[in-house]
Amino acid sequence: MQKTYYDPKDLKKFGKITEWSEELGEKFFEYYGKVFEEGSLTAREKSLIALAVAHTVQCPYCIDAYTKDGLQRGIEKEEMMEALHVAAAIRGGASLVHGVQMMNKVEKLSM
Amino acid sequence: MTTKSLLARKNDLSQPEKQLQFLSNGIFGNGELPTFKESLEKTNRFPLKPTGLDIFQVNVGYMCNQVCTHCHVDAGPDRKEIMTKETMQLCLDVLKASGAKTLDLTGGAPEMNPNFRWFVEEAAKIGVEDFIVRSNLTIILANKKYHDLPEFFKKYNVHVVSSLPFYKRNKTDKQRGNGVFQKSIQALQMLNEVGYGKEGTGLKLDLVYNPAGAFLPANQSDLESDFKKALKNDFDIDFNSLFAITNLPVSRFLEYLIASENYEDYMETLVEAYNPVAVDGVMCKNTLSVSWDGYLFDCDFNQMLDLKVAAKSKHLKDFDLESLQNRNIIISQHCYGCTAGAGSSCQGTTV
Repeated sequence: MQKTYYDPKDLKKFGKITEWSEELGEKFFEYYGKVFEEGSLTAREKSLIALAVAHTVQCPYCIDAYTKDGLQRGIEKEEMMEALHVAAAIRGGASLVHGVQMMNKVEKLSM
Repeated sequence: MTTKSLLARKNDLSQPEKQLQFLSNGIFGNGELPTFKESLEKTNRFPLKPTGLDIFQVNVGYMCNQVCTHCHVDAGPDRKEIMTKETMQLCLDVLKASGAKTLDLTGGAPEMNPNFRWFVEEAAKIGVEDFIVRSNLTIILANKKYHDLPEFFKKYNVHVVSSLPFYKRNKTDKQRGNGVFQKSIQALQMLNEVGYGKEGTGLKLDLVYNPAGAFLPANQSDLESDFKKALKNDFDIDFNSLFAITNLPVSRFLEYLIASENYEDYMETLVEAYNPVAVDGVMCKNTLSVSWDGYLFDCDFNQMLDLKVAAKSKHLKDFDLESLQNRNIIISQHCYGCTAGAGSSCQGTTV
């Protein structure tokens, strides 16, 4: 039995999800491909967004995939790390901004 | 940073047969990945045949002033294989008879061959359409005797093709050694000063980019515009074109892939990116590569793997164009490096 939840080899099998639900799988991959095409944003910018989101959703497959994608696009490690800090700032900010809710509640309940 | 060649370190991978064994066993031996031959067969491209002889590429020796981590030649200051004047004369005779349009001198650092200048002067008399010298740039500053190389190249209208892995210092120095970036920039400025890469001079200066690691190169035209912008803004440097070259799993790059445990993933990346259209433009179809001792190969990579041409004519001494044109090109798994994505050759992408 597999002893870990994640196996790097599974990333290559991603396409197999279509086998159990053909129509939805195909629609998803068509959409996915379209999303990453050059548009108002460059493919390079989209790759950095993907990398930041990959860290936010903590997906090891996506982190591997978009780190390699970034290197191949000539994205530098400093740019990658800056993108991660954007993700971290939003994540941290999302916790802290709820502090206002906490403060409101404390003030409401306190005499 | 490596300071010695695999050969000087007595590393097993300095032996071509060990490299070929490695490339045929493991993931290719157990059927996990298709061999290059199987991929060619599946896409109706086996056997690979020459289309003509356009490029005559001469490796004048493996001696180099640098010891780059990715070098497929395993070049370095400790390599003593140097082409003699007699073999150079044979090259000139064959070049004249062959009608090849391009002469491409490579190494090592070709400038370190003691007869390099004589060879350039004689070759220029033949009047090929495109006369390339692959210069690593730092050689121009390595010693006073090389400082006039830009003027020398200009005199013989040599097309200079130079390697510069990146337009920033860190990545360049990591791959090629400390100080290489600064010297390369200075050398490019010297080439610019005599007119290389400048509009209207006709003096061509191209750059070669190869990834600093186990990944494929980015889109060539995107990289070219990034390089142009950065080199112009930061150092006021001009150049003509940028060639994006994929690192092939040969010699020191193979050593790096194995040591960093990237070999299997890298080969898988190359196999996944196999592009039959890129096969149609690979350089072995219109090139012959000559080694320092006069033997003939399908390409510089096959030269390093000691895979001599599969023809009766294996040496300059018994050069026979017809038998060479009918040969089958020798392949192994390293060839996947030239057929990945947009393809890769000494002239950049092949698609």
